[in-house]
Amino acid sequence: MKVAEPLLEVKNIETYYGLIAGIRGVSLEVRGGSIVTILGANGAGKTTVLKTISGAMTPEKGSVCYAGKDITGRDPDRITRLGIAHVPEGREVFPFLSTEENLKMGAFTRKNSTVNLELDRIFEYFPLLREQRKLPAGFLSGGQQQMLAIGRALMLRPQLMLLDEPSLGLSPKLVHATAEIIKSINQDQGVTVLLVEQNAQMALEIAHFGYILENGRVVLEDSTSRLSKATDVQEFYLGKKASSVRGKRRWKQRKTWR
Amino acid sequence: METFFQLLISGIAQGCVYGLVALGFVLIYKATEMVNFAQGDMMMLGAFFTITLINDLNWEYFPAIIAAILAMGVVGLFLERVLFRRMIGESPFAVLMVTIGLGYVLRSVAGMIWGHNPLSIETPYTDIRLHFGTVVLPAADVVVVAATVVLCALTYLFFRYTRFGVAMQATSQNQLAAYYAGIPVKRVVAASWALAAAIAAIAGILLIPLKSAYPEVGLVLGIKAFAAAIVGGFGSLPGAMIGGLVIGLVEIFTKYGIDGRVGFSVSDTSVYVLILVMLIVRPSGIFTSTQRKKV
Repeated sequence: MKVAEPLLEVKNIETYYGLIAGIRGVSLEVRGGSIVTILGANGAGKTTVLKTISGAMTPEKGSVCYAGKDITGRDPDRITRLGIAHVPEGREVFPFLSTEENLKMGAFTRKNSTVNLELDRIFEYFPLLREQRKLPAGFLSGGQQQMLAIGRALMLRPQLMLLDEPSLGLSPKLVHATAEIIKSINQDQGVTVLLVEQNAQMALEIAHFGYILENGRVVLEDSTSRLSKATDVQEFYLGKKASSVRGKRRWKQRKTWR
Repeated sequence: METFFQLLISGIAQGCVYGLVALGFVLIYKATEMVNFAQGDMMMLGAFFTITLINDLNWEYFPAIIAAILAMGVVGLFLERVLFRRMIGESPFAVLMVTIGLGYVLRSVAGMIWGHNPLSIETPYTDIRLHFGTVVLPAADVVVVAATVVLCALTYLFFRYTRFGVAMQATSQNQLAAYYAGIPVKRVVAASWALAAAIAAIAGILLIPLKSAYPEVGLVLGIKAFAAAIVGGFGSLPGAMIGGLVIGLVEIFTKYGIDGRVGFSVSDTSVYVLILVMLIVRPSGIFTSTQRKKV
């Protein structure tokens, strides 16, 4: 069988905040139908990678290809129209519009006829949102706003979804629910997902492939089954402590990729 | 009592014009976080377009006002494209200077073209007076109020029920999320400028029979409309209209209630006193639309 072209191909992008490099040469590939995760500490450049893909930031160098097309530096709304839905960090909803209007805005790019069908589908995913459909989104709880942001992105019927820390600030139960939703979006709707997470455990569980970002560079990339077995990942991202013979932790434990 | 009603209506009529110009301030502010100090001068330009079409080109009244409104919409688009799109992301002070500069340019260009003498037009309702019992009202005042009510209703329906109107609201509430939802933010911003300019033109057209037009007419009126936007809570469209009415009423009642008794003009200052009081007592305005973001 011929290996399919990757749906998204990021080649060697460098993006700056003024003079400060956010990312210095990141390359990654996302194959159609998969869930790919980017892990890394605060400030590693995960969000910047997503922003560069969705067009909110323009890279100084490198290119972003989507479905074989070069989309580097296009306006975010035009990139969205190609089928890339970005769910940004921190529940960016329209606070004074009702829940329903928020969702309908997600379908702004499509013709009106299918919108109501789509709306029902989203409400099946998130029954809580149906109850609050007339309420301004600003009054929803944090978890509900996150659901709304994901729902709004789904209204677009995306091929590729960029999720930026969907579990941020959610209760453990909601984190679990979010993980299930991401899995089902991927399996049932065939949406490819690029997931940025601090919750490495959750991300490694649901994703197929992972990249580890540090200081704006990819330091490790592998399938998630192998990543979660790697001792350094266990140590630094999953919080498992390696103990030495004497039962004490070595102070000089180093990451092997350095 | 008759005087009271006559003052009331003419205060409301004047307030409507302030409110419409304030509406332009708020529309642009909400879409782009820019404060356009040339808003009053855009109103003046709209008035002069109408005057030229009617007096010099002998157009009928209604085709002329529609053409003037559309022409100002195009001017709004043009200004956004060549001037204000470049100013996105610049410091608010730089933007402010650009709009003040634009005001100077518009006033002096208008002075070169139309001269500095007040001009007016024959409207279908000039010199008509309406009698309600013992109260006699100039039709011009009533037309201003009626036109403003209709315009506000249309604006409300547009923002509430049309897809593009809701998208404009969405963009003003969260620009990043609007981009990610696929809303063409640049087109929305351009549309806001066009709409603000068209509403300014309507304000200008309604103003001509009340005050007649001259190049500086928008300067003081623009400042008073700015006051109206502050009173209403910068960022609220209904607030801008209410603020306009408050300013119009305060101005006319101090003019006839106090000026004559104290022997000098308090009415011109009253508006500015009102802004100061408002900023001290309730800086966020009558209608606040700010809300804390949930974490």
